[in-house]
Amino acid sequence: MTTTRRDFLATSALAAGALALGAPGELRALAPAPAGARTPPTMDAAVRALLLHALDEARRAGASWADVRIQRVQRQSIATRERQVLGVSDDDTIGCGVRVLVDGCWGFSATPRLTTDGVARAARDAVATAKAGRGARDRAVTLAPAPVVADGRWSSGFTIDPFTVPIADKVALALAANAAALAVPTVRFAGTTMSFVKEERNYANTDGTVTVQEVVRSWTPMSITAVSADRTDFAVRDAVVQPTGRGWEAVLETKLAESARRWGEEAAEKLTAKPVEPGRYDLLLHPSNLGLTIHESVAHPTEVDRAFGYEANYAGTSFVAPPDKVLGALRFGSELMTIVGDRSQPGGCATIGWDDDGVAPERFTIIDKGTFVDYQTTREQASWLADWYAKRGMPVRSHGCSYADSWSSVAFQRMPNVSLLPGAKDLTWDDMVAATDRGIAILGRGSYSIDQQRYNAQFGGALAYEIKGGKITGQLRDVAYVIRTPDFWRSLDLIGGQRSYELFATFADGKGQPGQVNAVSHGCPPSRFRQATIINTGRKA
Amino acid sequence: MSALLDPRAPRSLLAADEAVLSRAEAERVVQTVVSLRQLDGVAVAIRAGRTRNLRFAANQLSTAGVTEDAQATITAIDGKRRASVTTNDLTREGLERAVRKAEAIARLAPEDPEAMPLLGAQQYREVPAAWDEATASLDAAAAIDAARSALAPARTGKTLEVAGFLLVSGSATVLGNSAGLFAYHRGSRANYTITARTADGTGSGWASDDAVAWGKLDFAATSARAIDKSLRSRNPVAIEPGRYTVVLEPTAVGDLVSLLGRYFQARAADEGRSPFSKRGGGNRVGEQVVSPLVTLASDPADPAVLAAPFDGEGLPLARQAWIDKGVLRTLQLSRAWAARTGGTPTGGASSLLLAGGTEPLDRLIAGTQRGILVTRLWYLREVDPRTALHTGLTRDGTFLIENGKVTKSIKNMRFNESPLFLLNNVEALGPAVRVGDGDGGPVTVMPSLRARDFSFTSLSDAV
Repeated sequence: MTTTRRDFLATSALAAGALALGAPGELRALAPAPAGARTPPTMDAAVRALLLHALDEARRAGASWADVRIQRVQRQSIATRERQVLGVSDDDTIGCGVRVLVDGCWGFSATPRLTTDGVARAARDAVATAKAGRGARDRAVTLAPAPVVADGRWSSGFTIDPFTVPIADKVALALAANAAALAVPTVRFAGTTMSFVKEERNYANTDGTVTVQEVVRSWTPMSITAVSADRTDFAVRDAVVQPTGRGWEAVLETKLAESARRWGEEAAEKLTAKPVEPGRYDLLLHPSNLGLTIHESVAHPTEVDRAFGYEANYAGTSFVAPPDKVLGALRFGSELMTIVGDRSQPGGCATIGWDDDGVAPERFTIIDKGTFVDYQTTREQASWLADWYAKRGMPVRSHGCSYADSWSSVAFQRMPNVSLLPGAKDLTWDDMVAATDRGIAILGRGSYSIDQQRYNAQFGGALAYEIKGGKITGQLRDVAYVIRTPDFWRSLDLIGGQRSYELFATFADGKGQPGQVNAVSHGCPPSRFRQATIINTGRKA
Repeated sequence: MSALLDPRAPRSLLAADEAVLSRAEAERVVQTVVSLRQLDGVAVAIRAGRTRNLRFAANQLSTAGVTEDAQATITAIDGKRRASVTTNDLTREGLERAVRKAEAIARLAPEDPEAMPLLGAQQYREVPAAWDEATASLDAAAAIDAARSALAPARTGKTLEVAGFLLVSGSATVLGNSAGLFAYHRGSRANYTITARTADGTGSGWASDDAVAWGKLDFAATSARAIDKSLRSRNPVAIEPGRYTVVLEPTAVGDLVSLLGRYFQARAADEGRSPFSKRGGGNRVGEQVVSPLVTLASDPADPAVLAAPFDGEGLPLARQAWIDKGVLRTLQLSRAWAARTGGTPTGGASSLLLAGGTEPLDRLIAGTQRGILVTRLWYLREVDPRTALHTGLTRDGTFLIENGKVTKSIKNMRFNESPLFLLNNVEALGPAVRVGDGDGGPVTVMPSLRARDFSFTSLSDAV
């Protein structure tokens, strides 16, 4: 059921039960609801009326095509450190964004005024902006066709809405996790944040598509710091929990309080770990680390707008260009590398029923056994690749990668969940350690940086281990690996099986001007890269 | 939402045609929130504004839009318990819902032992020059005319591809509470960034301009600078990574030096987890931490800055030197940490000014035997919090200097370097200028500078 401001008043602000403010409950009382698909929301009649009114007004003002989003975003954050709650914050914003095409030129306007006059004015402002721009465009925007969805309803796959869980329960869990980490002697600081997002996305376009969707994401990051007795050194263990496109049930599965002592011990061990000797090593990357490397070195450079220069002024262009030279031809990685884009992947942070062009996403192959074969696209961009699709006998269709991070932002191409498929052999992390003679294993995201065409990247990790003779011998510190993207992916020589596949995710991937943030997951198995370049990042002056 | 369709629904406290809250409207919202309080105290922070943006790329206009919003964050206080609720429904009804919700959460939040009482009324220096009405209400046609300064030459020659971004905004920042605090600041900003790339893909140049007023931006000169740099940077050659003397343009200096802001927290230093932590405990205030040529300060009223004269807690901001002639003068003390350590709260670093020197860029280059000239830096990320070491890359115009002259375009390189090491190795500085990189972040005022021993660690093929 969608929530209107009136409902919100009735069910949330004045009814403590619905606001989730109850006394601390036993966590076991929060067992997942019975299995089964969550009932998708129904669009409020008043919201539908506003959407259609804005479309009418846009057409009347001269738009040849338009879409409207009325979106509500709720965010809750509970920040703690040690035994203290630093802040409890609850954000709730609603507004309307109207996007129009006039003579093949875009215009956009957004307003928080959800009245017939308010959305009509936004529609007229969007048309006025598009009309003003016509003279400075010499190629018209054309949209690839998309099936009309007259009454689409969708909900992401969560079983417990985190906004229904008492704040007291969230505080209790965070403080219990901090306490468990602080039980380790050299651990002096531990902080846990409980972070939840719930979006209600109402959408309509002039093709006749009308959809309503409900999306939930959860993340409970934790950071643990060990400090040496003489206060000359410290080490941080973080990146312990992945964000997820699921609800409170996923938080319970991470077993924060039960795991935090182990994470604290890892921080303590890191404090006294030996510095890495720079050189070349076989590099075994855990999904919790490799996911970010896929994100930066594979997912970003295969965004089609980058390849055509549309992000040149900020995020950059791409080495996977020009499209007519690289599609079907660029050897991106080894035979073991098959990469798919998929916004229908269960639990993914970028998973959605219909994208912000009104397109149902599909799974599509980006890199097939090492060869680059397709880009991430929106309806505007699919036609840019018409020649390639004709050659492959594929229709010119969007892959469903249009996204706006707020009602106040214009939709553009954002990455789907971009994932590395597991290998055919049933290899686990332990099997892969055992198969490595002289190597380094890295877990968890660390420092990350990559150039504007996605060639040269440097990644650290949360934890690094030395592997000798097929065994982990202890932690290393100050470890980073430096890659040249295609060389690195061509050195992929061992890959885990389906059982070892995990979802990495990030809550905050930036792109665009003005900057927009999206959340996205990257699935992968552990993978090994032959003779990677390792540097030591510890420096005194 | 159906409530908002009802013609009898309460009107917003904002005038319908004004996105940027006036002082009178702000006072009305604060008074409304305070009057709704049922617990010990309430505070409200409002950010309201209108932005217009325009993007162009691949020699085409791409997207353009205008956005209005006003958000209020209401913090309810119940003894040492507190909670915050943010809403963009600024009707009386919406504010009441938010206050009730914040109070309901606050009652159940655990006590915060470090909770500070609400700050009472303060005296602020007004910064009226921060506001330009024409900028805040700029129309689409003006932005498109500006974009033509890049699109026209690029389309004529057919050897260039340009991509750029124009962002203009007018915004109001308001703080108020039930202890009598009221702070109001209105600011406008206009920013232009442009990247020119040569059609052969071997050259790239970037330039920017940033000001309080749209009329102060020089679009033609900025576009020309980026185009010229893209042409001069064609066909770069590789040089061996290693330690080099660098001449950094003001944007590159700002990219690195602005990272220091987050390390100026007294608490982290006192806790032993900062580059400014002292061996055995405490912090390094009073110690020489960088070159005596370096003075780094914050000052919202500086004519090159013109930012809000208060921080997020409502503390008045005056000129605050963090580093004076290389000596760490103070670290940022929050009210809570100041109360615990017996210090005076400093307010946050909402702007950063690195004091300039007398040598213009061409003299800095002329004084370099062998070195690297850097336009700007990209994708900076912390590598080691103990030293503020960061990695990142050069971008959009990197050149070799030999015997005092720029001799060739070179390939971009990755560095692993700390702004503290850089500022320790400074040899000379140019005049400081306002720097804006298009992300709407805090204003920095930075000079060009020359420094020795900058650590480049690997080559990049990226143009």
